[in-house]
Amino acid sequence: MSVVQHLPALQVVIPLLAAPLTVLLRHRALAFVVALLASWTAFGISVALWLQVEHGGVVSYAIGNWPPPWGIEYRVDRLSAFMLVLVSGMAAMVLPYCWRSVEHEVPAQQHYLFFTMFLLCLTGLLGIAITGDAFNIFVFLEISSLSTYVLIALGRDRRALVASYQYLIMGTIGATFIVIGIGLLYLMTGTLNLVDMGQRLAAVQGTHPVLAALAFLTVGISLKLALFPLHQWLPNAYAYAPSPVSAFLAATATKVAVYVLLRFYFSVFGQSQVFGLLPMKEAMLLLALAGMFAASTIAIFQSDLKRLFAYSSVGQIGYIILGLSFDSASGLTATILHLFNHGITKGAIFMLLGMIAIVMGGTSLSRIQGLGKRMPLTSFGVVLCGLSLIGVPGTAGFISKWYLLLAALENGQWWLVFLILLSSLLAVAYVWRFVEVAYFREPRKDTGIDAQVPLSMGLPAVLLVAATVVFGLITGFTVGSASKAAAFLMGGLL
Amino acid sequence: MSLGGHFTYFITIFLMIAGLFIVIARGNLVKKLVGLGIFQTSVYLLYIAPGKLVGGTAPILSEAFTVYSSPLPHVLILTAIVVGVATLALGLALVVRIREAYDSIEEDQILERDNQPGREDAA
Repeated sequence: MSVVQHLPALQVVIPLLAAPLTVLLRHRALAFVVALLASWTAFGISVALWLQVEHGGVVSYAIGNWPPPWGIEYRVDRLSAFMLVLVSGMAAMVLPYCWRSVEHEVPAQQHYLFFTMFLLCLTGLLGIAITGDAFNIFVFLEISSLSTYVLIALGRDRRALVASYQYLIMGTIGATFIVIGIGLLYLMTGTLNLVDMGQRLAAVQGTHPVLAALAFLTVGISLKLALFPLHQWLPNAYAYAPSPVSAFLAATATKVAVYVLLRFYFSVFGQSQVFGLLPMKEAMLLLALAGMFAASTIAIFQSDLKRLFAYSSVGQIGYIILGLSFDSASGLTATILHLFNHGITKGAIFMLLGMIAIVMGGTSLSRIQGLGKRMPLTSFGVVLCGLSLIGVPGTAGFISKWYLLLAALENGQWWLVFLILLSSLLAVAYVWRFVEVAYFREPRKDTGIDAQVPLSMGLPAVLLVAATVVFGLITGFTVGSASKAAAFLMGGLL
Repeated sequence: MSLGGHFTYFITIFLMIAGLFIVIARGNLVKKLVGLGIFQTSVYLLYIAPGKLVGGTAPILSEAFTVYSSPLPHVLILTAIVVGVATLALGLALVVRIREAYDSIEEDQILERDNQPGREDAA
């Protein structure tokens, strides 16, 4: 019983303590084992928390036994439980993949540090999802961001350094905007606890500092979640980072930022303030559409697969934000669903790309000619995930797009249905570029190393590809969790 | 409230804009980090200045005083300073590595060197 009580704290503390442990061990294999155990434990805890929330409602944990709103509160509700499962689940999948992947992509003497940074990044992301304290969100955001910058800089290409530096500048500006927003809210309400803040904001609703806080938070978080046109850091960061890092970030980092946005919009400000007093609905709708079309179009013209799918990520974030802009329970359901479904799809794609990079020596389109013959299973996996990005029935991507369409119809916005389908055609175009090069071109003689993909890399990738299909057919867990979380947010309850 | 009563806000906003402007307008990677530092510092002021009450003392309960300044912003900003130092350290470390790899810390030169023909496939 006593351990079960402390699960919310352990969720964050275990990876946090494991991180310095890997530094002390200074040994590649030992560090890997510690990281693996920590991430699997974190996944176990998040599933336990999800079950607890599913059956017993919100779990509140007072850190150091200081009761909220004075102390820092960890609060697991339906939405955060779902996010915790996604983040820790992806970490549990990506870590085994790291073991052999970093051998190819990171200098040997830095391997244990890679695992340290990975654990810190995991700590930060889990912390953002679980904490009920506004300033704590900022601290965890910086923990995850700082470790992310290091992880990206570990990439082999020297352009990884520049990508990391650019991300550092943009990310810090974003985080500072978020602190300014939180600071203004703190000045107006005198509290940092999110629930308490939400209640006290009612008294100062619509005042200028509160609206300014809303604007600062929106811009800051949009930078973090790579909302078009604040996405410039993302393509380079994903393209030059080591592939397990790309997989983990694409699946979790931007998604957790979306979580922060949802948390502030619906739990702190309340939708009447966000959508009533400022034209957020229209702004979000426009930016989402711009992202869906512009980023997907740019993706079509990329010559490197990693960059192609990075731009596709920016486009897919458009769908996520589109669901938010409907300001309805079904729109939010679509948003939360797409968070999850796109997360696992992109995670799978970047894992497969990492395997392709090992065998073919790179991921540029000119290098992977004839991939269908050389790596039939891997190319098939990329195609399956591509179908999920397009939204073909039978894949996870279809489910979330279906709910998005339903939400658009519910709002009576017929033209949006047309636009969503049209932007899916752009996804067809960029996935087709891969298909054409991989299946309809002869393999180049000079590329391709005679390397086998290690099982420890293949297995997690196969599992994630399978998950993309499974969550497209069996939707009980995802749709159930997403719709309950959406109803919860719309109810104004935290 | 007079103009003078708001002077901390004016300083805050001036620092904020100056910092952000340096980040955007300068091409030198170290100067960008300096701008980022100024931008972050402005937030420290945003938090701490309103915590001080005129005539307030340190929050140690005593018979002699009734007005106390709020200590919480200081604690929060202590954390933010640590974050700022870490960001600056990491940023400078990256600049060192960038200089080793590119032999330059000017943004335009770095971008130029990456866009040289023949580099696309060399990765």
